[in-house]
Amino acid sequence: MSFAWAKQYEPKHPLARWFDERLPLPRLVHGAIGGGYPVPRNLNYFWNFGVLAGIFLTIQIVTGIVLAMWYYSSVDGAFNSVEHIMRDVNAGWLLRYAHANGASFFFIVTYIHIFRSLFYGSYKAPRELVWMLGLVIYLLMMATAFMGYVLPWGQMSYWGAQVITGFFSAIPVVGEPLRIFLLGGYVPDQASLTRFFSLHYLLPFVIAGVVILHIWALHIPGSSNPTGVDVRDEKDTLPFHPFYTAKDGWFAGLVILIYCLFLFFMPNALGHPDNYIPANPLATPVHIVPEWYFLPFYAILKAFTVDFILPAKLWGVLAMFGSILLLFFLTWLDRSPVRSGHYRPIFKRFFWLLVADVLLLGWAGGRVASPVVVAVSQLATAYYFAHFLIILPLISRFEKPLPLPNSITESVLHGEKAESAPLGSKGRRDGSQAAPATAG
Amino acid sequence: MVRIIGFFVGLAFVGMVFISFFVNIADYVANPPEETAEHEFHKHPKEVHFASDGPFGHFDNQQLQRGFQVYKEVCAACHGLTLVSFRDLAALGYEEPEIKAIADQWAIQVPSVNADTGEAATRKAIPADRFPSPYPNEVAARAANNNALPPDLSLIAKAREGGAAYTYSLLTGYQRQPAELVHKFPAAKTPQGLYYNPYFPNLNLAMPPPLTAEGQVTYADGTRASVDQMAKDVSAFLVWTAEPKLQNRRTAGFAVVIFLLIGTILGYLAYRQIWAEAKRKVRVTGPLEAESQAKAQAAKDDQGVAG
Repeated sequence: MSFAWAKQYEPKHPLARWFDERLPLPRLVHGAIGGGYPVPRNLNYFWNFGVLAGIFLTIQIVTGIVLAMWYYSSVDGAFNSVEHIMRDVNAGWLLRYAHANGASFFFIVTYIHIFRSLFYGSYKAPRELVWMLGLVIYLLMMATAFMGYVLPWGQMSYWGAQVITGFFSAIPVVGEPLRIFLLGGYVPDQASLTRFFSLHYLLPFVIAGVVILHIWALHIPGSSNPTGVDVRDEKDTLPFHPFYTAKDGWFAGLVILIYCLFLFFMPNALGHPDNYIPANPLATPVHIVPEWYFLPFYAILKAFTVDFILPAKLWGVLAMFGSILLLFFLTWLDRSPVRSGHYRPIFKRFFWLLVADVLLLGWAGGRVASPVVVAVSQLATAYYFAHFLIILPLISRFEKPLPLPNSITESVLHGEKAESAPLGSKGRRDGSQAAPATAG
Repeated sequence: MVRIIGFFVGLAFVGMVFISFFVNIADYVANPPEETAEHEFHKHPKEVHFASDGPFGHFDNQQLQRGFQVYKEVCAACHGLTLVSFRDLAALGYEEPEIKAIADQWAIQVPSVNADTGEAATRKAIPADRFPSPYPNEVAARAANNNALPPDLSLIAKAREGGAAYTYSLLTGYQRQPAELVHKFPAAKTPQGLYYNPYFPNLNLAMPPPLTAEGQVTYADGTRASVDQMAKDVSAFLVWTAEPKLQNRRTAGFAVVIFLLIGTILGYLAYRQIWAEAKRKVRVTGPLEAESQAKAQAAKDDQGVAG
């Protein structure tokens, strides 16, 4: 796999050679994230978010395993066991807040990673499978996060479970029996909580498995890059280690720093106060909302308010699932051969409109459904579907892209005057014009 | 094919959402939503400052002890604190014998089993016990409170929008219902047995004003027990019951953030150094490379020949 000039693994120590001949694990690591994986030299910081997602998956698995040693999945005991962790378990508050905020940060970095792919056309050939496996990971993340939010068995846990499993009852004929089958009863209860806990523990490992496939599929064509131009020769690439390990390393430090500011100084900022009230099947909260990372989908669900041919609820559920499923077909919806949005003037404008649209959907999803909020979510939903299914195919037909650079190296030089200027005129670092005087 | 199917699916969703949009607008114009008393008269919590606010905040143990006294003498009659143990009071600066005495003299006893007969009984609390609930169950609580259920207060500062500012505002916010409200929304008149409080989401609260007179509690430390002071103290105490590890968290947070900051700066410097090398390497095709210079020389020579 990878490029012809990729450096082979050369064990230096006899023990390493002995090991490599019997189990070429060091060779695998070297080729995947070491000096043996050539990466385009011009990646910007948006390319750091894949590694960050991996880091947060690891944080979630580690903190989750320890939390599970204390958590008690019973409808009578779950809420109190979480408070026991918070109050009496050594550093339990740290584990729980790390896990709760870790989920939010996992979604933040994943959303940036997804929008990076949308802008730079990372879903286009030859990376279609990388994109689709990524979407599978995203769907698994959503299921895992939803079930995790149910576990503390607070008010929002309970009523969120009630609402989300209620989606299935919108399906004609089989919907209601399916909902009862999934919940293990007519309403969320002990059977639901136990199975959610079991699946919440299982799915992260499934995610980790799909992540391996995702990275494997990525390493066949290699990483994409901001120009979208294919790698031509060795000058276009740098070995992953030490160049990108260093870049990912310090940037991961920065993001974890921001994560720690939330964890230690405002751990409940991304949560909902109602989840500190124990679940009560007899008292519906005034305003049921999912976690922030589901709000855009919640807005799409609520945008369909009229029964027309199909019941409004079914339209909403179809649209909500459709909004993610359509992303699987993106490669065929956007036929433009140019990958990077930098060279696509019309696409670029609509891309930023989409970003604003999704943020607007998120805002609308979190508000009480007043007529104005519903109207906003309806317009935003219309744009979401129009963007992917109508506008994107049309752009790729009519847009005239800007000329692409001949190679990655050329584009790097193009952007760095100081690097490419002749030695005598190479100004000082601050770009002042004082250099010739000293040269004389 | 995908694009044609996609186009029609897109049209279906966009068309459907526009139908919803216009029906929604028509409905809004035909029946504009009525104003509600909650919408117009509900107030956001008052501005109030606590010692534990902000990243550098610390609990004021004197205040927490006063707040505990208010809880013990006023709130505990109806509200439980079932997630907090007597032993936890050590964090407020109480000595072990004091905690033993507090547990021993607590007005409500802890459920237990008679060792001889096996019948249900009660016993005096010990420091390891959690604060006992004032009612044996929810039915008893509702029966004693005009069918309202007094919530457990352990987590109240985290379970309400606005936190401690909300509890403080609620405790000090009881007032007569404004005549304007009754005039505008006759249906929203406070019913018998409820109390008007603009800080409560639906304006009418089943809890009678708990803090009514100055000196209702005689503070052990001699602080003047005004209603405002008592409300503030008990709110501060409830911040502690909701988040007893608040201070440990922030102390640990500063250490972690400083550690990460240093690590990140070192990482950034290492990154700069490693990449300085890479950026020099880019000049492989630069004009100063032997290859390029030879080409430039050749071009000059050509010009010389031509001239």
